[in-house]
Amino acid sequence: MQNGISDEMIEYVGILTKLELSEEEKEQAREDMGRLLSYIDKLGELDTEGVEPMCHVLPIQNVLREDVITNEDQSRELLGNAPCRRDNMFVAPRAF
Amino acid sequence: MAEKYETVIGLEVHVELATKTKIFCGCSTAFGDSPNSHTCPICLGMPGTLPMLNGRVLEYAVAAGIAMNCDISRFCRFDRKNYFYPDNPQNYQISQLYLPICRDGWVEIEFNEDPAQGVEKLSPSMKNPSLRTKKVGIHEIHMEEDAGKLVHDDGGDYTLIDYNRAGVPLIEIVSEPDMRTAQEVIAYLEKLRRILQYLGVSDCKLQEGSMRVDVNLSLRKEGTKELGIRTEMKNLGSFHAISRAIESERQRQQALLESGREVVQETRRWDEGKETSYAMRSKENARDYRYFPDPDLAPICISHGFWEKIRAAQPEFCWEKRKRYKAEYDIPEYDIDIITDSRQMAELFEATVALGSQPKKVSNWLMGETLRLLRERNLDPSDIRFTPENLAKLIALTESRTINSTVAKEVFEIMFTENADPEMYVKEQRLAMVADEETLRRTAEKVIRENPKSVQDYIRGKDRALGYLVGQTMIACGGKADPVGASRLLKELLQQEVNEA
Repeated sequence: MQNGISDEMIEYVGILTKLELSEEEKEQAREDMGRLLSYIDKLGELDTEGVEPMCHVLPIQNVLREDVITNEDQSRELLGNAPCRRDNMFVAPRAF
Repeated sequence: MAEKYETVIGLEVHVELATKTKIFCGCSTAFGDSPNSHTCPICLGMPGTLPMLNGRVLEYAVAAGIAMNCDISRFCRFDRKNYFYPDNPQNYQISQLYLPICRDGWVEIEFNEDPAQGVEKLSPSMKNPSLRTKKVGIHEIHMEEDAGKLVHDDGGDYTLIDYNRAGVPLIEIVSEPDMRTAQEVIAYLEKLRRILQYLGVSDCKLQEGSMRVDVNLSLRKEGTKELGIRTEMKNLGSFHAISRAIESERQRQQALLESGREVVQETRRWDEGKETSYAMRSKENARDYRYFPDPDLAPICISHGFWEKIRAAQPEFCWEKRKRYKAEYDIPEYDIDIITDSRQMAELFEATVALGSQPKKVSNWLMGETLRLLRERNLDPSDIRFTPENLAKLIALTESRTINSTVAKEVFEIMFTENADPEMYVKEQRLAMVADEETLRRTAEKVIRENPKSVQDYIRGKDRALGYLVGQTMIACGGKADPVGASRLLKELLQQEVNEA
């Protein structure tokens, strides 16, 4: 245990992020996460009593579009970005 | 003695909205086109893109909420639900957790109390004394985006992805755990389907996936209040599958509890072929999804004016139409139930009657030939193309005995297929009945001359011979004679033969 981050926590975050980490990488992750948490602790020192959480940086509301088709078939270009494709589909490592 | 358990069911229903474009970009929502042909940098989750909400989605969600008696949030926004799975290229789904658009509503359902009656017989039209009504609470309705489609290559170690469906708008309707039986669940789904179809918000086709149902089910000892541990059942593609899955899961949980074991909170997948379910994954809890407000999307304020505009545009729903039809039109209750089942059919009925056609005649065409052709061609009432004007014309043509019923059916089919004008069609194809007595008489006399054997049979008392002679007369007139008139005339002529014999 270091920085209050348990082995179980490292394993658990690994599962959620779908990452397989070596023992060395786990230690590195523990250190990185510790630094992140101490930064959050720093923010926690501020008194936010009565302050509404901000969810958008601009004071705007109701930014809506019309329900009109504006996009044509761009699959050639879009699939061109993919490292691997087949039958006009993206290829990903087997999921399941 | 074995404990008695009560089944507690709540539903999560995902409904694809019938918009032209996706929820956050201008890509088409059309189904069945070539893979990834409806994608763009926004719905593929490219960095630096900016999603923008489709205004129609907001209107549809509010309309559904009002119809389901919900409070509409004056202020709401979108949240990111984070998970890693290739069906979602952003690695998060844009949804609503903290401030959903609609809350605390209810719908009233009608269901058959006697479970032995079975789901198939559950129809509100049945004059059944055990038909009951009940309110099912709506916990919330929220807006979110659909995910892409994964194609798993058998044997291969990869997955193919089509993102045409990624970003198609959905509403998720979350009920309270108010249902107790499969009958109630089906009645609730029927109610949602009718509401959403009448609103034009979704076509709600279970088989095509535009309505998806997850069943949350738990058991508790009868008489207790506390909810048991629940499971969530997915992959339910029909009402039949839903009923079977509920019964199967109820039995599975009961067996666990009776043997002193615990139900594990998990998501299970229904296998329709095997009629059994298996655990998919233990349920990730809300914390695992690390929800947070989406900083790309501006918050939404629903003004009273917007709410009022949507409320004023609510249609007359089928249960309201039923009441009115009973008072206004002289047609059987059975007809009313079938006609009002879809808004298209009901509006077609009302418009045709408004043009002066007799209600029962209109109803007969809708319940008979229209439904027959819809079924035969695997279509929905929303696919009906003929206008009330043309149906009214067809009815007028039969009323005035310009065409007989056989020809009318033929004309109807053409009208159904290509919305042909029946008056024009009858004129062009010369289908009008041979109206003048003289032509019909000459034809009948000719038939009698040419069929002496049948005439002899008739004289000898074989009534069947008359039918044959009527048929011959009809053929000679190209099917355009009035069979009743032809029969009357033939009898007259044959009587002369009898007298002379």
